[in-house]
Amino acid sequence: MSVPATATPTYPPGQHPDLPPPPGTAGVIGWLRANLFSSVFNTALTLVSVWLIYEFVTAAIDWFVLDAVWEAGSRVDCRKQGDGACWAVIAIRLDQFVYGFYPADQRWRPVLTFVLLFPALAPVLFDRTPYRSQLLWFSLAYPALGAWLIYGGLGLPVVDTDAYGGFLLTMILGVTGIVASLPLGILLALGRQSRLLAIRVLCVTFIEVVRGVPLITLLFIASTMLNYFLPPGTSFDLLIRVLIMVTLFAAAYLAEAVRGGLQALSRGQYEAADSLGLSYWKKTWLITLPQALKIAIPGMVNVFIGLYKDSTLVVIIGLLDPLGVARAVLADAKWNGLSNETYLFIALFFFLSCFAMSRYSLWLEGRLSVDDR
Amino acid sequence: MATIEDTERIRSAADTSRVMVEVRAMHKWFGTFHVLKNIDLRVTAGERIVICGPSGSGKSTLIRCINRLEVHQQGTIEVDGIELTRDVKNIEQIRSEVGMVFQHFNLFPHLTVLENCTLGPMWVRKLPKGEAEEIAQRYLERVQIPEQADKYPGQLSGGQQQRVAIARSLCMQPKIMLFDEPTSALDPEMIKEVLDTMLELAETGMTMLVVTHEMGFARRAADRVIFMDEGEIIEKNAPEPFFNNPQNDRTKLFLSQILSH
Ligand SMILES: Nc1ncnc2c1ncn2[C@@H]1O[C@H](COP(=O)(O)OP(=O)(O)OP(=O)(O)O)[C@@H](O)[C@H]1O
Ligand SMILES: [Mg+2]
Repeated sequence: MSVPATATPTYPPGQHPDLPPPPGTAGVIGWLRANLFSSVFNTALTLVSVWLIYEFVTAAIDWFVLDAVWEAGSRVDCRKQGDGACWAVIAIRLDQFVYGFYPADQRWRPVLTFVLLFPALAPVLFDRTPYRSQLLWFSLAYPALGAWLIYGGLGLPVVDTDAYGGFLLTMILGVTGIVASLPLGILLALGRQSRLLAIRVLCVTFIEVVRGVPLITLLFIASTMLNYFLPPGTSFDLLIRVLIMVTLFAAAYLAEAVRGGLQALSRGQYEAADSLGLSYWKKTWLITLPQALKIAIPGMVNVFIGLYKDSTLVVIIGLLDPLGVARAVLADAKWNGLSNETYLFIALFFFLSCFAMSRYSLWLEGRLSVDDR
Repeated sequence: MATIEDTERIRSAADTSRVMVEVRAMHKWFGTFHVLKNIDLRVTAGERIVICGPSGSGKSTLIRCINRLEVHQQGTIEVDGIELTRDVKNIEQIRSEVGMVFQHFNLFPHLTVLENCTLGPMWVRKLPKGEAEEIAQRYLERVQIPEQADKYPGQLSGGQQQRVAIARSLCMQPKIMLFDEPTSALDPEMIKEVLDTMLELAETGMTMLVVTHEMGFARRAADRVIFMDEGEIIEKNAPEPFFNNPQNDRTKLFLSQILSH
């Protein structure tokens, strides 16, 4: 659709003014034309897609909202009221989905822990958080504070770990796993590049072994075999054992993501740091790691999202994560058959948290590349 | 308090007989490839040495051995009286006294120009931030880009980046500066600005070892020119006789190739 050349006036050399683009090639109209209606085929594709989306969205709105039932005593009751989703099952069991069997009168503790997670995360995630340096101290204290609030002791009644369930359990596994695996993964990545053969072999072996087995086997080891390896007479909490395994698993994958970042740096960066006389740890902390982590962000967030979702595997060794709750709910004679509603609800929860992580990583990549471009 | 320039001048004036680099019967191999053969080199304080030679002759490897970016296997290298051994603390100490400027600048892209310059003084010399920034500002002025201090290296032209790299090295107030083809990655119009900076540095009495093909720089600034080929030092001489009356055939050939266009 180019405008014939004769339509543009000619100018003496060196005097050509800046002209606006031809009509219909820029702005909304230009975009629509270029992307949706550029040819007969493209136009047909656009129309068919619009129709499909319309059909799907209206049907979904009907099922999810307009025909849905929010209050009912049983599945049969639900079906009498409407033929959409029966959200009543979620509403009635919501407490279990969120807390598992955490005692009702103590639930302010996980709630408070969750609320405090935000001021603890903000200074870590966002470098422009007001009072960042003071808040970072709070972030540092948060793991201990959270553990105390949720578990108890020192004045709070103890709530045993087998009472934790639902999204509370997912959050505990996800947050602890991510926070603990990051430093471990970085150390493993550095160890894998170490000049000391012993350290290198140790790290490579660990990474390859852990990456080479499915998480579920590690969880079984945690639930059954780990006691064999521990000194006789010691036994420690199943949740802690699972946390350790989840952390080790994620750390092995993280290590590979970080290694990719370290290897992407040019040799010149290492040499420039060396030639200033920086020691190994200073060089790593100031020069190579910041750059490597930036490169590794997409891979690392991938690992975190994977870890977060894989935490649902703990249902197999008997922990009551959201899927465990779902099983229990669906086993109830009054509600069985409502697996769509139950699993969609859980899927929504996971989607929202993972989507948030993914958006954050995109934002961070953009933020960091603004810096040095 | 004396300024940095003063101390430098005093230092160089006082010690012109002091040996800064002493390389004796040094050999290096990459695997089985004998890349440096029986190198002997002595550089005294304030001397400016230009090293030239065909590609692959071992020029980079030689100056990289001096701050232990490469490890030699035979012979000795002493820098300001300290022998380069496997001792890590020794190596870090020597590296902090020897500045290095690379062909590809190797600025730290995640740090601003100012941070690039204060990093060494703060973390190696352990100077307080304010003092390090003062020093950095002064050297950025000396390489004539004080106004770029808050930019990131990626926002600068090649010539500006190389001048920042020189400033970054100078901020460590080194006793010796090594340059490995500092202008060969630059566009022609930027070569001059970097060479001017280096000439100015030469005038302050800095001890310099420069690998370069810029024979104009060698004529103007060098005390001695060294010609290397296939891992050996073939010829060394003051620039005047080196260019006008080369002794070795290989030197003649090299000079005719490099000066013919
Ligand atoms: N890390 C290395 N491993 C193996 N061989 C190497 C290594 N670095 C350099 N070499 C080889 O050693 C020889 C000398 O290299 P060097 O970089 O010192 O040459 P140069 O004189 O600086 O050449 P140029 O003018 O191309 O920079 C070359 O043949 C090169 O291929
Ligand atoms: Mg070279």
